[in-house]
Amino acid sequence: MTNLEKYNQAFVEALEITEDQLPGLEYQAIEQWDSVGHMGLVATLEDAFDIMMDTDDIIDFSSYEKGKEILAKNYQIEF
Amino acid sequence: MIWDLEQYRDKTAVLDEYGTSLTYGVLARESRRVAEAMGRRCLAFILCRNEIGALVGYVGMMNGGMVPLLLSSHMDEEALAGLLAAYRPPYLWAPEDMCFPDMTPVYRAVGYCLLRSHLEREYPLHPDLGLLLTTSGSTGSPKFVRQSYENVRANAESIAAYLELDETERPITTLPMNYTYGLSIVNSHLLVGATVLITDKSLMQREFWAFFKETGATSFGGVPYTYEMLERMRFQRMDLPSLRTMTQAGGKLSPALHRKFAEAAQTAGRRFIVMYGQCEATARMGYLPPERAVEKCGSMGVAIPGGTFYLTDADGKRITTPGVTGELIYKGPNVTLGYAERGEDLEKGDERGGVLQTGDMAKFDEDGYYYITGRKKRFLKVYGNRVNLDEVDGLVKERFPSLDCASAGVDDHLFVFVTDEEQTEAVKAFLVHKTKLNPAAFQVIALEKIPKNDSGKTLYQELERYYI
Repeated sequence: MTNLEKYNQAFVEALEITEDQLPGLEYQAIEQWDSVGHMGLVATLEDAFDIMMDTDDIIDFSSYEKGKEILAKNYQIEF
Repeated sequence: MIWDLEQYRDKTAVLDEYGTSLTYGVLARESRRVAEAMGRRCLAFILCRNEIGALVGYVGMMNGGMVPLLLSSHMDEEALAGLLAAYRPPYLWAPEDMCFPDMTPVYRAVGYCLLRSHLEREYPLHPDLGLLLTTSGSTGSPKFVRQSYENVRANAESIAAYLELDETERPITTLPMNYTYGLSIVNSHLLVGATVLITDKSLMQREFWAFFKETGATSFGGVPYTYEMLERMRFQRMDLPSLRTMTQAGGKLSPALHRKFAEAAQTAGRRFIVMYGQCEATARMGYLPPERAVEKCGSMGVAIPGGTFYLTDADGKRITTPGVTGELIYKGPNVTLGYAERGEDLEKGDERGGVLQTGDMAKFDEDGYYYITGRKKRFLKVYGNRVNLDEVDGLVKERFPSLDCASAGVDDHLFVFVTDEEQTEAVKAFLVHKTKLNPAAFQVIALEKIPKNDSGKTLYQELERYYI
């Protein structure tokens, strides 16, 4: 599985949504992505990429695109 | 009158993340105007967000002798329509951006609007009735707790006393103000002249922490789930020099997390205070004094000032031996009047006489510290919200008449067992919509049939193997 596939899979699993919903998706734009959903998403991503995210990165993670940027920049995950 | 706002007139009462603030003097004036616009004692729904406007309306009505019923502004239209039909409030106080074409705006201030509902035939109100709060989040259930002004004042005073609150406190909101625990933080802090830092942002957002640091928050409250989130965010590594106190209620924190937060707080020179309460007791009944937080880990503590706890056995006899489990009973001036399930109930007086059977099972140790051990009734706490399992079964059976259903689980994880494989997703979607809880809380499992005994009673114990 590519990193992008893993990344998308984490969203689909944690927020129980479909892949076509991902582009442009923002925190709190859908009911599932509230603070509870965010916790689950962070946990799923940490497992998928075997990383430990920093507090700052967890609270900056405000959209699907922003998350990709954070993982690429601070955790050397190439998309 | 609950709060004497004028005595702190030059101090800041509330401050929001956009830089708007009101002094106690301005809060007194603005809130009085809402009450004057209503003009008389009557019922009003407040559609709450954690915003200054919601607070102004609430304070105005409580101090003016009106009866607010607090709801989340996120409640769905259908559920709200049901409640309007059941209680027929003459007024609503709602954020200005919400639209109610059938109602007439009569007064606007601080981003909120007072709407006349035109619902005819008001229900009479008992003179002691002051406030109506839901026990169940936003399911739209018509069941509310009837609280008196005296209940609210007594509980706020007691909380201010045991938390040793004063005007230097700056609590930041982490819970909705229509939720009993969130509201108790507002109630107790306005009593002592403190500054409430009000925000609708969550712990998971940068704006929340920026506001926290900029304004020097001194305390916050959280349900067990809040502390799990903080743990995942590596809270102990965050630099928050202004923070003095963290409180926890809304369900039992796991002893491991209790210990972790209590020990870290001790090291950092902060207070971590585990508390116990229910909407039926206004908000708070017990607290664990912070100096015993580590030593008495897993305990919810002792009764708050002005209240008492005791335990009764199955025959209603009082338990006097430490370590023996019984039902927890609370006595105090904050025990509410009773429930309302329809408009006619607003005329009812005190049905409890200051004594509350909590429905929780507990024991106490040699030092008189109480430990919650289980529940008498079938309900779970999900993200701090009470979810009645029998009600869940009822809702599902009503919506899906072709299937049999039984729900069970542990806090934050609700398992619904149904007899139709094809419908599991539909059942889940329905429950998410109905309860407004995150889908992560629900698991719907299909079984051939629901285990029952010969007389048709569901054997919930046999379901445990699916989730324990």
